[in-house]
Amino acid sequence: MTSRIDRVEISKVAKRYGTERALVNVSLELRAGSMCALLGHNGAGKTTLLGILSTLVRQNDGKVRYVGGGTEVEGDALRREIGLLAHSSLCYAELTARENLELVAGLYSIEGGTSAIEAVLDRVGLDARARDRLARTYSRGMLQRLSLARALLTRPSLVLLDEPFTGLDRGGALAFGAELAALRDGGAIVVVVTHDLEAIAGRTDHVAILRQGKLVFEERGTYDYEQLKDIYHRHAN
Amino acid sequence: MTRYLAPLFAFLGAIGLACTCWLIFTDTPLQYSWQPNNRHWVLATGSGSLFFNQKIFFWHVPHAIMLFIAVGVAGVSSIGFLWKRNPKWDDVALASVSVAVAFGAVTLITGSIWAKAAWGHWWIWEKRLTMSLLLWLTLVGYLLVRRYAGASGERIAAGMAVFAMIGVPFIYAMVGAGDNHPQAGSEGNVATLNSDMRPAFWSSMVTFLCWFLTLTITRVQSARMEREVRELREKGLDTGVLE
Amino acid sequence: MSTLSHAARIAWKDLRIELRSREIFYTMAFFGGLLAVVYSFVFPSNADMIKIAVPGMLWVSIAFAGTIGLSRAFDRERENDTMRALLLAPIPRLSVFLGKACSIAVLVLGVAVVVTPMLWLLLDVHLFDDPGVLILSLVLGSIGFALVGSVFSAALIKVRSRDVLLPVILYPLLIPLFVAGTSVTAGMLAGNQPKVWYWMGFLGVYDAVFLVVSLWIFESLVIE
Repeated sequence: MTSRIDRVEISKVAKRYGTERALVNVSLELRAGSMCALLGHNGAGKTTLLGILSTLVRQNDGKVRYVGGGTEVEGDALRREIGLLAHSSLCYAELTARENLELVAGLYSIEGGTSAIEAVLDRVGLDARARDRLARTYSRGMLQRLSLARALLTRPSLVLLDEPFTGLDRGGALAFGAELAALRDGGAIVVVVTHDLEAIAGRTDHVAILRQGKLVFEERGTYDYEQLKDIYHRHAN
Repeated sequence: MTRYLAPLFAFLGAIGLACTCWLIFTDTPLQYSWQPNNRHWVLATGSGSLFFNQKIFFWHVPHAIMLFIAVGVAGVSSIGFLWKRNPKWDDVALASVSVAVAFGAVTLITGSIWAKAAWGHWWIWEKRLTMSLLLWLTLVGYLLVRRYAGASGERIAAGMAVFAMIGVPFIYAMVGAGDNHPQAGSEGNVATLNSDMRPAFWSSMVTFLCWFLTLTITRVQSARMEREVRELREKGLDTGVLE
Repeated sequence: MSTLSHAARIAWKDLRIELRSREIFYTMAFFGGLLAVVYSFVFPSNADMIKIAVPGMLWVSIAFAGTIGLSRAFDRERENDTMRALLLAPIPRLSVFLGKACSIAVLVLGVAVVVTPMLWLLLDVHLFDDPGVLILSLVLGSIGFALVGSVFSAALIKVRSRDVLLPVILYPLLIPLFVAGTSVTAGMLAGNQPKVWYWMGFLGVYDAVFLVVSLWIFESLVIE
C-alpha cells in the first residue's frame, strides 16, 4: 500500500552545525510532476536542505510536511517514497549489479523479483555481461547507470539528486537529464542540486537559489541555458 | 533571579571554605589513624597515626562524590539533549563534564597523596580510586570528542556520556570488594563517622558542593550568553543593521 | 519481526561481502595472532606467570584486532555512501544497527577463534579444558564489543579523525567488558567455578543493558 507524495511543504526550516548556520528560514513548496533545480555556491546550504528532505538530517527549526493523497506521509512509508541519487553510487563495490538490486528489492519489499530487476537494468542500459561482475569493476558511466537503476527500482515519488552530472561527459549528462525529465513526466517530484546548468536547461520548471543558507530566489517557469546562467549570476553571489 | 545563583553559591562556598579549613585544623584531632582490622578511625599515637595527612580526606571525599554526581548530571542532560536536540541541555552536559574533569583530577591527586602517606605507594588499585580513574578517562574522552569530532561532536559526546552513566554500576561491580580503602565510618557509612570528624566533613561536603555548583552554573550561563550574542549578531546581519 | 529479518538481510550482505574478499578477516586474524606471538616474547616464560597473563593477552588481542576490524567494516559503508542508503531504506533504523552489530560480532568471534588456539599452542595453557565456558565467554564478549563498537563507529563515519577517536571512545566504555572477560578466563584456568559464573553473569547483564541503550540511542547518533 503505497502513498505517493504529491506535495512537499518546507516551512521556515533552519539548521545549524555548531556555530555555523547552514539554513536560515527556508520555505519552499514542491509539487508533483515538477523538477526543481536547487542552485547556489558551495556551502550555500543545498546539500543540507537535500539532507533534511531525505530525512537523514534533522532540522533545528521549522517543519517539512510530505503530503500524499490528502494525508501526511511519515516514517517508513515516507522513506519508501524517497529515492536518492548522489555523486557516489550508493552501491556496494563488492557486490554485482544484480546482488545490489536484490538487496534493495529486499529492503524496499519490491514485488516482481528478478524480472523487475532485469527490467530496470534493461531500462538504464547496463550491459548484460556486466550485471554479474562486481560493481568495483564498473566505469563511471556504468556506475551511474547502476545508481539510476537502484533509484528507479523503488519507483520513488520524491527523487533527490545531489550533483548527479559530475564525472559524466556531455552526452552522458544530457541523456541523464532526459531520464530525470521522464521521471518528472511520470508524476514524481524531482529535486536536483547541481552546478551543471546546461544539463538541466530546458528541463526544470522550478528554480530555487540559496545563498548563505537563505532562499534568495524562487520562481516557476521554464528556462533555457542563458536564462539560467543569468539568474544564477544575479542571485547566487 | 538565576543571575544570582552563581554568586550566591560562590559566596556560600567561600564561607564554607573558611569554616572547613578552620574546623579541619582546629577541631579534628591529629592522632587519628586507620585500623584495617576493625575498620575504624581510632585515636592513636606514635608511628601508626597519619597526622596531618589524614586531613586530606576532607578534600578527597567531597571531590570524589562531586565527580560521580557530575557524571550523573552529564548523563541525564545528554539524554535530554539527544531527545529534544535543544542546545541548552547540551550546555549543561558540557559544563558538568568540564567541571567533573577538574574535580576528578583533584580526586586522583589527593587520593594519590593519601595513598602514599598511608600505604607508601603513589598509586594503588583499590575500589574508589579505580572507579574515579575510569570515569575521569571517559570524561576526558568526552572533551576530546567534542573538540575534534567536528560538527557531529556534540551528539557523539552526548552518546558517550549516556553510556558512561549507565556504565557506572558496572564499574562499581567490577572493582570488587575487600581492600584497604578507608571507609568514612566503620561500615562506610557516614553516620558512623567518628563524631569528632563530622562537623569538618559536612562542612567540606557543603563547601565543595557549592563550589561545584558555582563552576557549573557559571559555565552554563557563559555558554548561553555566547549563544545569545551570536544570535543577536546574526539577526543584525540578516536585517542589514550590521555589516 | 520484520526488524529482525531486515537486520538479518543486512548482516548476511556484510558476511557475503566479507566471504568474497576475506580482507578484513585475514588482516584482523593475522594481527591478533601476531599479538599473541609478541606477548609470548615479551612476557617471561615462567609457567605460573604465563597462566596469570594469558587471560589478559587473549582479551587485549581481541580488543585491538576488533577495533581494527570495526574501523574497516564501517569504512566499507563509507565508500560509496552506502550507510546513507541503508538509513534511507524504509526499514526500522534499528535493523541497520542490529545487522551491522551482528556481522561485527561474527568477525570478532573469528579473531578469537584464531587467537585462542595460538595462545594454547605457543604458551601451553589449558584454555580448552572447559570449552563450553570458553565459547560462551567469547560469544558474550564479542557481542558486547560489537554492540558498543557499532553505535560509535556508525556515528563516527563522517568524522575526519575517526581512526583515533574510535579507541578513545570505546576503550573506557568497554573496560568492564574486558575485565569480566579476563576474569572468566582466569577463573576457568584456575578451576574457580563461582568466579567463572559470577563474571559470566556480569557479561550477560552488560550485553543486555547495552543492547537496550544502544537500540535507544543509535538513531539519534546517526541522524545529523
